[in-house]
Amino acid sequence: MNTHQTNFVRTSMLDQSTPPVLEKGYIAWIRKNLLATPLDAVLTIIALLVLAWFLPPAIKWLFIDASWTGGGRGVCATAAQGGSQPEGWSGACWAFVGAKFDVFMFGRYPIDERWRPMLVGALFIALLVPILIPRIPYKGLNAILLFGVLPILSFFILIGGVLGLPYVETPLWGGLMVTLILSFVGIAVSLPLGIVLALGRRSTMPVIRLLCTTFIEIVRGIPLITVLFMASVMLPLFLPQGMTVDKFLRAVIGVSLFASAYMAEVVRGGLQAIPKGQAEGADSLGLSYWQKMRLIILPQALKLVIPGIVNTFIGLFKDTSLVSIIGMFDLLGIVRQNFSDANWASPVTPLSGLVFAGFTFWLFCFGMSRYSGFMERKLDKGHKR
Amino acid sequence: MTIDATTPRGKDKPTGSILNDPKVRGIIYQAVTLLLLVIFIYWVATNTMENLKRANIASGYGFLNGRAGFDVGQSLIPFSSDSTYGRALVVGFLNTILVAVAGIITATIIGFLVGIGRLSKNWLIAKLSMVYVEIFRNIPPLLVIFFWYSGVLAVLPQPKESLALPLDMYINNRGLAFPRPVFDSGSQFILLAFVIAVVGSILFYRYANKKQMETGQRLPVLWTVLGLLIGLPLLTYFATGMPISFDIPVAGKFNLTGGSVIGPEFLSLFLALSFYTASFIAEIVRAGIRGVSHGQSEAAHALGIRPGLTTRLVVVPQAMRIIIPPLTSQYLNLTKNSSLAIAIGYSDLVSTGGTILNQTGQAIEIVSIWIVVYLTLSLSTSLIMNWFNAKMALVER
Repeated sequence: MNTHQTNFVRTSMLDQSTPPVLEKGYIAWIRKNLLATPLDAVLTIIALLVLAWFLPPAIKWLFIDASWTGGGRGVCATAAQGGSQPEGWSGACWAFVGAKFDVFMFGRYPIDERWRPMLVGALFIALLVPILIPRIPYKGLNAILLFGVLPILSFFILIGGVLGLPYVETPLWGGLMVTLILSFVGIAVSLPLGIVLALGRRSTMPVIRLLCTTFIEIVRGIPLITVLFMASVMLPLFLPQGMTVDKFLRAVIGVSLFASAYMAEVVRGGLQAIPKGQAEGADSLGLSYWQKMRLIILPQALKLVIPGIVNTFIGLFKDTSLVSIIGMFDLLGIVRQNFSDANWASPVTPLSGLVFAGFTFWLFCFGMSRYSGFMERKLDKGHKR
Repeated sequence: MTIDATTPRGKDKPTGSILNDPKVRGIIYQAVTLLLLVIFIYWVATNTMENLKRANIASGYGFLNGRAGFDVGQSLIPFSSDSTYGRALVVGFLNTILVAVAGIITATIIGFLVGIGRLSKNWLIAKLSMVYVEIFRNIPPLLVIFFWYSGVLAVLPQPKESLALPLDMYINNRGLAFPRPVFDSGSQFILLAFVIAVVGSILFYRYANKKQMETGQRLPVLWTVLGLLIGLPLLTYFATGMPISFDIPVAGKFNLTGGSVIGPEFLSLFLALSFYTASFIAEIVRAGIRGVSHGQSEAAHALGIRPGLTTRLVVVPQAMRIIIPPLTSQYLNLTKNSSLAIAIGYSDLVSTGGTILNQTGQAIEIVSIWIVVYLTLSLSTSLIMNWFNAKMALVER
């Protein structure tokens, strides 16, 4: 009998076939990410046109046409401007930045004494790096050294007049050094002061609350430049005759007070987010006000507002550039001052110097914001959904 | 035996002492603070009086009537060096408002575009927007101002070699020259038409809303409003015989003649503030849109609402609720940052005030005027925005 085999059982697997060309590799990626809809296609074309219009000239100006070495304005000026470059040339003058690099870092700090700011910088990095890496222990001791001992030590190292170090007055300080000192002191003062102000604003004592609120609202309502003017013009008026405050210190005071008002509002946001039960629990355990704040409330509140605190730090760092308006030479101030150096003045010098200063500021601020993002993820205990 | 837990160690008093009462202690603390404050203020005040007397400066606001003796670069109201100090401050104040309003409008437009761009599914647009935000957010605004002022605008060609821009505009190192509209008689009707169009738009919007509530029918609000706002003034313009003409700048042998010129100070301040603040607004907009729960748009889709309408009627109104409060503080920041004008010599409130301060030495008066003006601006903006916010806020059960 010849039965017809009707069923079919596959005994061998088919070879895997490749996905359609349009669904894999860079073609699929381009289709999905650049040309998903007609509108996307148009946007992509516009973006490409903008890039084509902007990027090549920018790269040409910044790198290809830039003059990297040279001892004077000749390398950065066209023949008609009294230099060696061909007519119509325009490029970054990195030679200017290179020649002035030391000045941009230290200002008019005496050349023989520049090891002092470098030493302070090295100490600062040596203390800062371990506090930033979460795994390294002894955070408390580290913080005391960084925020308590280092500022005092640095002050004496930088200003001198003790232990045989020559005295270097603050008007000679300048450049990135001043920017960093101002922002570091501002940060070190504004955080504790901001916490105190925030606690004061939430205090149950009306007089304290009113004082703190008034201070915070006034400072937050006016521009930093007016605060700096107050510090530089009005502070001498407020003090008795003969008592003067160093100009540098005035700027430090102005910047710190300004930042602490903003810090206070950030901290208050954190305090408000802590459930009332936490404070009540602390009260029922018999903790005093300061114990309650130090052990229960603030650790939770501060952790919540780390992004806000770092944003305030970044703002403070950027705001230090304003001291150049009241006649101090921070990084931006010293770069601008050197535009008019007869040895280097040319049409491209200002832009080159500003690009350099901008990149330096950007590097610090971007680093801070990246670190804050890292800490946020690190400290996230998973309470958030 | 009970231990009074509110008593710090070292200050043990017999129980029942009035000093252990938190209320009494609070009063004592406050009294001490107040006393210290009064002593401090008294000390500062006496020092100041003495210093002022020694420097021979009469305190008080009488100096505002004195002759200014300096010129300002740009003024919205007539001003000469014979005008008073008070008028100089008014000029400065108006210039502050001008650059703040112009900056706020531009920053909002750029900020919303970039913020939405960062959420775009288009990879290139999203990355470009991100690069924009990361660059401008991390650079001091003052540096951006100098970038435009001494890096870009100062190296533009001389007036005789002005670069021509579209719409009969020219740009050179003295600023931007643009056609100035000249209003002849009859142009007031155009203004009137515009006002009527605005009122008409509001009425139509309300009517459309009411109609939608009653019948579910949507009227073409956007097109009608646009048509009213543009069409009505345009019609009046032609009907009254084209009363607006333009005074077009013409490139002469040495200089441009005609038109109006915006100085490089205003331009660089305006550009810098707009670009800087826009990067923050972009982040706020992104956070606002991301803050609207995904379920909202899914529910809208499930109801059969088209994607465009979903965005307009479901996502945006809820996102605005998140966006508005931080947006307000960015607007205030921009207004306060406009005081950086002093660095490049744009005559705003702080800049003119600084000049007067240098001339007269009336530090306290000038600083107090600054504080009052900026505080008033801040507080009134927050009042308006709080009202707006309350109106937009979620109405819960």
